[in-house]
Amino acid sequence: MRHLLSAADLTLAQTGEILDLAEEMASVQARPVKKLPALRGRTVVNLFFEDSTRTRSSFELAGKWLSADVINVSAKGSSVSKGESLRDTVLTVAAMGVDALVIRHGSSGAPAQAAQWVDAHVLNAGDGTHEHPTQALLDAFTLRRHFRSAEPGLDTFAGKQVVIAGDVTHSRVARSNVLLLQTLGADVTLVAPPTLMPSGVDRWPVRTSSDFDAVLPEADAVMMLRVQRERMSGGYFPTPREYTVGYGLTRARLATMKPGSAICHPGPMNRGLEISADAADAASSLILDQVAAGVAVRMSVLYQLLGGEDAPATPRGDV
Amino acid sequence: MPDVLVTGADLLGAGRADLLLRDGRFADPATAGPGVKRVDADGLVALPGLVDLHTHLREPGREDAETHASGTEAAARGGFTAVLAMANTSPVTDTAEAAEHVAALGRRAGYAQVVPVGAISKGLAGAELAELGLMARSSAAVRVFSDDGHCVTDARLMRRALEYVRAFDGVIAQHAQDPRLAGSDACCHEGELSGRLGLPGWPAVAESTVVARDVQLAELTRSRLHVCHVSTAETVDVLRWAKARGIAVTAEVAPHHLLLTADEVAGYDPTYKVNPPLRPDEHVAALRGALADGTIDVVATDHAPHARHDKEHAFVDAAPGMVGLETALAVVLETMVLPQRLTWHEVAERMSVVPAGIARLSGQGRPLAVGEPANLTLVDPTARAVVDRSASASLSRNNPWHGRELPDPVVAAFWAGRATYRRS
Repeated sequence: MRHLLSAADLTLAQTGEILDLAEEMASVQARPVKKLPALRGRTVVNLFFEDSTRTRSSFELAGKWLSADVINVSAKGSSVSKGESLRDTVLTVAAMGVDALVIRHGSSGAPAQAAQWVDAHVLNAGDGTHEHPTQALLDAFTLRRHFRSAEPGLDTFAGKQVVIAGDVTHSRVARSNVLLLQTLGADVTLVAPPTLMPSGVDRWPVRTSSDFDAVLPEADAVMMLRVQRERMSGGYFPTPREYTVGYGLTRARLATMKPGSAICHPGPMNRGLEISADAADAASSLILDQVAAGVAVRMSVLYQLLGGEDAPATPRGDV
Repeated sequence: MPDVLVTGADLLGAGRADLLLRDGRFADPATAGPGVKRVDADGLVALPGLVDLHTHLREPGREDAETHASGTEAAARGGFTAVLAMANTSPVTDTAEAAEHVAALGRRAGYAQVVPVGAISKGLAGAELAELGLMARSSAAVRVFSDDGHCVTDARLMRRALEYVRAFDGVIAQHAQDPRLAGSDACCHEGELSGRLGLPGWPAVAESTVVARDVQLAELTRSRLHVCHVSTAETVDVLRWAKARGIAVTAEVAPHHLLLTADEVAGYDPTYKVNPPLRPDEHVAALRGALADGTIDVVATDHAPHARHDKEHAFVDAAPGMVGLETALAVVLETMVLPQRLTWHEVAERMSVVPAGIARLSGQGRPLAVGEPANLTLVDPTARAVVDRSASASLSRNNPWHGRELPDPVVAAFWAGRATYRRS
């Protein structure tokens, strides 16, 4: 695997390998000494054009626990207005001799563009309203564990009903999850008001609905999407109250879910808007498991990208 | 300047003849003297010099991206003898003085006639009319007015502009883009692709609804409307309806919309970012059909050079636009002439005669006949080449045709009897 730009880059076999390795990484995390020597001498740069404490920290820990040298570059604002092009910024960082660039950008496609310009491995840590493949992997990891608790040894999600509800149009999490869940064989239903459904969704490998109540009782898992603040004034729906009534995982809806059905949310949550406190804190909520899975999954991905290679011939110490 | 005798060219595909260029005009070939410079045009087609209603020459303001010298040299290489320079320069061409300055820059450049387009509104702000009449009365004799790059969204301002320019036979060229349906971040045809790529969508109706309004305003005001860079099948339908009603509307299509499709955007390469955006196949087919049957009157390049650093941003942030002067005829040949959708006579209409008429350029788009201005393009209909962006006369390299094999038709261009381009 050269880059991880889209969840569509992953085959079922590759996904299984990443999730299996993530299980091993997770078991290491339970030890008092968490550090593995796997990526010693390799350099990983977190190049974040957009703030994200949790994703950045997760990647940072993942790299460090694999003994890679990790630096964080906040490139927020070093864009159009400052006169430096994306290419300049990416090449500048890459010129320092990095092995992997973990890129978060507010504009769709930026990591894919960067991958054209540099020799380093590029890992998409979320681009605009496009994709967030490691989030989909950690969601799959969390769900697989959950499903395996009832069906040990389960490998695919064949026959599983997964509902993704909320602002699908603007959600990179939803796009990556649709792609990865399709690879894993799940049946995906997207639930959103028509104003927040992506154009051309009828050609996606999913079912769609604007009736949350009709599809929720069948779900083996529901993934709630965050409603961004700016959407509330964008005319996509009349009021937050109306949104919650139609598309929120309320206490009443929670009661209609079948036993053992899981609740996920990529965070940060708008409690009371798309998800009620009852749902967020329910026994069936996997939200904290998702966060915990983040580091293990990202360790696995970094290892898949960098671990198979020989260490660099010339040491790249600080000079 | 010695006389030039062009021998054996096929005039607009209608038959072979010799052409004598003397003192800037065509003269009787029988009067060619012994010192005449001969150009063998055996196997070539002769067209009147091409006229481009829509270019961005970037000067004044962004001379790093293009100048009148580089832009008109690119125009000459593309077979153009006249180009209209859009008003969105810095400063904006929204006064008589600015228009005269642009015209003067063009005269100095010398590779083609440069005709300034005047802004419709002051500073392209869409609020108040610019001094349209003073631009028309100036030595630049502006007749085409456009806020191109911005849509005139205010219906009342649009109505007033159309009414006002009737006094001096002007034409209002509209960049049709409803900013509420396709805002400044819209950069990908709205459809399956924009949904999948997560790029802000530019729906087809954001163009056609504005055109539907404007053709009715043109009817109300009995004035001339020109629609810039038509990109959708829906707009073609509106134009067909308007023309059937006898409304004085003309329309242009850009070469890139005749050949490239939205799929090019899938790799997020900003080279393919253009406004309006590339559209899917069915729109491309509708545009070709409309150009063939005359619903779309002209081909205009929307030549939009950009400095490299303005293109090397994330797709949403990159500057929209592509260069097109040097390849326009090649694309028309590929999409319309070779598939026998247009004859050479019709190419001359759509790329020279009609655009010259819309812009009221008396010395352009004229017949290849004795006494007429010697504006001439010689075309090899069979040559092909792989486009190399670094071989361009333009200062910019945002060339979507780079690496593609296309016809390579333009062999020579003569503006007012003078060779402005000769293939070496």
